[in-house]
Amino acid sequence: MRTIIFRTIAPYLAALMVLFSIFVLLRGHNEPGGGFIGGLIAASALAIYGIACGVASVRRAIVFHPMGVAGFGLFIGALAGTLSFFKNQAFMTSQWLIFDLFGVEIPLSTPLVFDIGVYLVVVGAIGSIALALEERETD
Amino acid sequence: METGVSILIGLFFAVAVYLMLSKQLVRMLLGIAILGNAVNMLIFTNGRLTREVPPLIPEHLYVPEIATANPLPQALVLTAIVISFSFFAFLLVLAFRAYQELGTDEVNRMRVAEPENDQTPPQGY
Amino acid sequence: MAGSSVSVDYSEAMATAPIASGDWLVIAPILITMLGGAVCLMLRKNTDIQAKMGIALLGLLVLASLGLLIRVLDHGVITMVMGSWLPPFGIALTADALGATLTLIGAIVAFCAGVYGASTVDSTGRRYGFYPFLLLLMTGVSGAFLTADIFNLYVWFEVLLISSYGLLILGNDRIQLDGAVKYGVLNLVGTNLFLIATGLLYGIFGTLNMADIAIKVAELENPASGTLATVAALYFLAFAMKAAAFPVNFWLPASYHTPNIVVSAVFAGLLTKVGVYALIRIFVLILPESRIFMSDVIGWVAIVTLLTGAIGALAQSEVRRLLGYLVIAGIGSMLAGVAVGSVLAVSGAIFYAVHSIIVMTALYMASGIMNLLGGSYDLRKLGGLYQKNVTFAGVFLVLVFAVSGLPPFSGFWPKVILVDAAFQDDRVWLGAAILISGFLTTLAMGRVWIYAFWRGGPEGTPDGQTAQSVVTDTSQLTGAAVWLPLGILTALIIYFGLQPEWMLELSTQGASGVVDPLGYVRSVFGGEG
Repeated sequence: MRTIIFRTIAPYLAALMVLFSIFVLLRGHNEPGGGFIGGLIAASALAIYGIACGVASVRRAIVFHPMGVAGFGLFIGALAGTLSFFKNQAFMTSQWLIFDLFGVEIPLSTPLVFDIGVYLVVVGAIGSIALALEERETD
Repeated sequence: METGVSILIGLFFAVAVYLMLSKQLVRMLLGIAILGNAVNMLIFTNGRLTREVPPLIPEHLYVPEIATANPLPQALVLTAIVISFSFFAFLLVLAFRAYQELGTDEVNRMRVAEPENDQTPPQGY
Repeated sequence: MAGSSVSVDYSEAMATAPIASGDWLVIAPILITMLGGAVCLMLRKNTDIQAKMGIALLGLLVLASLGLLIRVLDHGVITMVMGSWLPPFGIALTADALGATLTLIGAIVAFCAGVYGASTVDSTGRRYGFYPFLLLLMTGVSGAFLTADIFNLYVWFEVLLISSYGLLILGNDRIQLDGAVKYGVLNLVGTNLFLIATGLLYGIFGTLNMADIAIKVAELENPASGTLATVAALYFLAFAMKAAAFPVNFWLPASYHTPNIVVSAVFAGLLTKVGVYALIRIFVLILPESRIFMSDVIGWVAIVTLLTGAIGALAQSEVRRLLGYLVIAGIGSMLAGVAVGSVLAVSGAIFYAVHSIIVMTALYMASGIMNLLGGSYDLRKLGGLYQKNVTFAGVFLVLVFAVSGLPPFSGFWPKVILVDAAFQDDRVWLGAAILISGFLTTLAMGRVWIYAFWRGGPEGTPDGQTAQSVVTDTSQLTGAAVWLPLGILTALIIYFGLQPEWMLELSTQGASGVVDPLGYVRSVFGGEG
């Protein structure tokens, strides 16, 4: 598996995949895409990087433990739903904040936060399973 | 269309049941994976198959202009795929760990939790 | 939304009326545990903070569920629609008396387990995630009790299932991996059956909202049609698998004795009862015709479950496995209530579920203490515990009486109701099976008490003498952590035994709420029903 071509190309490939996963995540509100599929792409980026350069370097690269990442995603996902409490609306009713940045209209919303939460949960959970399986393979 | 898919679903179920009746854990897991796919196709078919446009609403409208495919089964199937995928991944890790620890993947020989010659409770005081 | 000039009337699809902040109590049990579980996941290294936070959050969960129950009793059934999307399009969470009661009891049991686990789960177990998984398990359990959408019920089942996997393999022992494989595979097959039935149900009715289905079933011309019968049979098989009813009960005694004892206690208390709860919801609330159609099958499954549970318990010498069989016997009693299906019978089943949740958790916790005191879970190696701790012997005797259904403890009343309901419905064998099972349970548990507590020492000790006591590590027994939960649960058992009126009224209210779903439907659809 660890040919020199693969080892050289893997970091770039992983970086591209992470970038693409964020693109997919952000376009998910009105078009095909979203947190889950983006998270899967990012998790496979981690897996590819792990196969090429070893699990230890992946763990160093993402700083936090994957389960911690998943926990954070779950937290902000659930928190995004509770904002509607302050407007006397039901749980998970979407709240919008639209503002202008240099003439470009940027809509921010709780569904986006929720989607980012889903993304992180998927990256964390699938990533930790993938890394665990790759670790076993080597020892 | 529905008839063809139904027959296919039936085949999937048959394969899944056959694999799950096996003694090898890995085959059982494959059976479970196929069972999950069979269930997903079943839900999808239950939402009625339509060869229309995808259920996406154009940007300037609030309702689709023409009849679209039923989006609900797609959402259900997506949820079910997510769940069965993560369970399958988890069970794979579990089965691998069990194979390492117990030294077998044959379910008849996994008797650590339920020893074969378990003695009866004391008969007298 | 952004840049739109089209005006759209949202009120047809979205709830526009402001929500009373008290209604947020419906979502509170789910939110507290989910947010708390997420924070605990992030704190994976700080096991001490995790423990304190976990216990505090579970205490908060008890308070929130209590608030929810009080609000339900005051205001009737309350509903909250997720994201303001009106049912049947949106997912609704609905708390009625049945769901709120079980949520509260589940919260109490989880709190007790959290406290108990502070002593018996070591820091390795905590690093593997005891508290996060316990909290997320409660997310799934509370969600299952509160949801009004059948696909959402499936999702909550999966949430509690994945957390239960995490709890089951907490230490990664050989025996745990063995138990977890069987538990995992069979439960996954069970949820897949649930999903098949749900898919078919959606194909028939085009809706997944329980209240909506209940209306549409009542309007059906031919309610006993083949497809619906298939759906009902699949649901019965799926939930019987979850609840560990005969003949799909074998995963339970194979796995419930393998994890840490506090995990066994939570599982024995809660997981199987969620299956029974789902059976009550499906068969009494939304598919009443199918229940009548299937009542003989359910009745005979109940009878055989009652007897296999009790006889299986008689044949075990491992205390935890013996208790596992008693869980199965209890499931039989609740199934009996579903089989009869009258308000009386269902209220008996609900009361029995409450009793069973408390008593099975307490018994597993007590068996953990027996292990700490006597150094074993095996009846042949236990003995002389009476000399070691008289109070504990007394508490255990209370639990023996309660689980056997003898007065004056909490097991007595629901059994009286269930037997009465069975006889009223001319199901003599069902009533008889409940009584016989109670008798056999008395034998099995009485034997545990006699061997472990009453006799002088382990097998081989001469009659009338006291054996040299086994030197055990009793450091875990010094604090309040193991005694307080057992004390709370035993106090509840005695309270429900001596003062059953409150619980009787609550379970009758819960039962009439599912037998006659008008209030439920009204609440979901906002008064029109």
